[in-house]
Amino acid sequence: MSESSGHFDERADIAPGAEEEHSLRARVLGYVVGLVLALLLTATSFFIAGTDLVWQPSIPVAIVVLAIAQMGVHLVFFLHITTGPDNTNNVLALAFGLLIVFLVVGGSIWIMGHLNQNMPPMEQIMKMQ
Amino acid sequence: MLGKLDWSAIPFGQPIPLVAGAVVLVAILAVLAWVVIRGHLPYLWSEWITSVDHKRIGVMYILLASVMLLRGGSDAIMMRIQQAIAYQSAGYLPPEHYNQIFSAHGTIMIFFVAMPFVIGLMNLVVPLQLGVRDVAFPTLNSVGFWLTATGALLVNLSLVIGEFARTGWLAFPPLSGLTYSPGVGVDYYAWALQISGVGTLVAGINLVTTVLKLRTKGMSYLRMPMFCWTTLASNLLIVAAFPILTATLAMLLLDRYLGFHFFTNEAGGNVMMFMNLIWAWGHPEVYILVLPAFGIYSEVVSTFSGKPLFGYRSMVLATMAICVVSFMVWLHHFFTMGAGPDVNAIFGIASMIIAIPTGVKIYNWLFTMYGGRIRFATPMLWSIGFMVTFIIGGLTGVLLAVPPADFQLHNSMFLVAHFHNVIIGGVLFGAFAGFEYWFPKAFGFRLSERWGKVAFWFTFTGFFVTFMPLYIVGMLGMTRRMQHYDVAAWRPWMIVAAFGMLLLCIGVISQIVQLVVSIRNREALRDRTGDPWDGRSLEWATSSPPPVFNFAFYPDVRGEDAYWAMKQHAKEQLERREPEYRDIEMPRNSPTGFICAFFATVMGFSLIWHIWWLVIVGGLGAFTTFVVFAWRDHDEYVIPAAEVAKIDRANIEERRNLVSMAGGV
Repeated sequence: MSESSGHFDERADIAPGAEEEHSLRARVLGYVVGLVLALLLTATSFFIAGTDLVWQPSIPVAIVVLAIAQMGVHLVFFLHITTGPDNTNNVLALAFGLLIVFLVVGGSIWIMGHLNQNMPPMEQIMKMQ
Repeated sequence: MLGKLDWSAIPFGQPIPLVAGAVVLVAILAVLAWVVIRGHLPYLWSEWITSVDHKRIGVMYILLASVMLLRGGSDAIMMRIQQAIAYQSAGYLPPEHYNQIFSAHGTIMIFFVAMPFVIGLMNLVVPLQLGVRDVAFPTLNSVGFWLTATGALLVNLSLVIGEFARTGWLAFPPLSGLTYSPGVGVDYYAWALQISGVGTLVAGINLVTTVLKLRTKGMSYLRMPMFCWTTLASNLLIVAAFPILTATLAMLLLDRYLGFHFFTNEAGGNVMMFMNLIWAWGHPEVYILVLPAFGIYSEVVSTFSGKPLFGYRSMVLATMAICVVSFMVWLHHFFTMGAGPDVNAIFGIASMIIAIPTGVKIYNWLFTMYGGRIRFATPMLWSIGFMVTFIIGGLTGVLLAVPPADFQLHNSMFLVAHFHNVIIGGVLFGAFAGFEYWFPKAFGFRLSERWGKVAFWFTFTGFFVTFMPLYIVGMLGMTRRMQHYDVAAWRPWMIVAAFGMLLLCIGVISQIVQLVVSIRNREALRDRTGDPWDGRSLEWATSSPPPVFNFAFYPDVRGEDAYWAMKQHAKEQLERREPEYRDIEMPRNSPTGFICAFFATVMGFSLIWHIWWLVIVGGLGAFTTFVVFAWRDHDEYVIPAAEVAKIDRANIEERRNLVSMAGGV
């Protein structure tokens, strides 16, 4: 970013991270906590996948939940998404990105699913008759 | 050593591309020779090619778009002539050549005319309207421009070395697969778009960041000029949509180069997935183009009506609504593919819904004009012409959004007429309006009004004479992209359309004449105050052309229409004590963009021709350039306060004269 293009400190939406006043120790601590949590969640996922300690049908659900928790840990500890006023842009960007991914991926699956149902290959149509 | 490249790549047997290529080559060499002999090369290199000034990059974008408009326009002329004469005959263009022409026409007009034109205008104007000194990432901006130019260069190289795609502008498989397109045409298409797509993406990131992060004091979101809002929306769409294009083309290239099966008929591939993905990018793309144009009309209509924009907040809301809904309509491009009634109905309804915010905008412009003191200058003519034209295009669009109607009209000339109606009437008219409106800002003199009006009326009538017949032949059952036909009823309309093309040509020539005449009369047309149109936003608050630092002081914004408000207090402001000037730091020029693009060109070309060692050279070169740039020590230089004061005082003096003449002190 060009320094000359100006910082206007009175504005609320300052680049997150740029104006942080935290000490080095606090920042390192944040990363360490994040790393530990991420490793813990990863280890749990691997453990759950192979275990027979829990009710078997719950395993896929548990893995999905752990994956979402993993995303949360990454967003909070590594990408520094917070609810503070200096973070509005990042939260909005994340929301917009999620919306678009949901629309495009969800829409594609929906469309292609219907297509597959309506337009099967010729041999399948023959079999149906 | 040279991969697939040998002498057979040069089309010695085909006079048309060969002669066209030779003429272009001679023209380029002549210009280069003139530049070198007259000693302009150092100036061009240090002031333009390596420039990271957003205004200069904007001008270069628009120059690229204008040159490519002539290229894409030549393709259009050839197609209209072909269809006018190819009734029960073969015409003058053989099918393989005709197919390349319509593919190149679409590709060039969208990617290398419309895109660089709107991105150029955004680059030029948005930092000025926001009251800041540059975009967020100046060197990245230069890289983005030069990568776009690389894409344009590759597409044009295909004219004389090898061939271009014969697949239409979106290269649908299986036709674009290796089985049916074994030549280099699709590779030219795909690599040109991959490279320029990276350029567009970085331009998008840059402009989003600029609008979100760099605004002058008091320029809150709801005080930004409308053009800044549409720029934000359009660039958010670029950032969201262009990765889809890149990924889709990457999969197509994997199919073609490494034997993958994403979009093949065999081995579990699915060609329909390509249509789905490419239109998931393609529909937001049309809004990427038209939203900035809507912003331009908002600025122009408000300025030339002498009124604030009617319904500013509803306009912001409509813009952001279009930004989101544009991602919910892409299936309407392939209703006929067979997704069934449920899917078609939902996407049909969404497509009709998106007409609502667009309608809100039209009413807002009409109400802005209502009760205003309208000046019919050229930019205003383009804007009113747009409203008339775009409403027709929008209505045929709503018609096409009805799935049963679309089943009749899909891929017909009616569709061709519809999208030209909205893209010419919406985007191109907007680009021309913006060009006429901001030209004095960029160069310091106005364009000839007389020739501007001639150009407008020829283009406007030429548009209707060319494209209304295409609606009719579409209704009569003519499909698009026909090299020849046997239906007598179509013939007269095709001849009318060819005549319309002639009018459009006169329109374009008038604009070239306008440019020449205006440059010759530039002293008479000089804009001394920096505010030739009695403008309302901050770009008019600085001199024309603006100094490299745009503003000696960051303007202090107290409301909407910031500059209009300042002018209300102009006298006190100009008479107050002289401010204390300070040193200004500006980013240094950098050849990074140009060198990166040079290596990208080498890499793209060698990928197309399978010259693998050169691919590695190009890739390494581009990467090295990036590393060298990343390790730079000095990236800024200082403009001393005395220099700033000298430049600023001259402009203030002009303005003081104007105020004393108008107000009689």
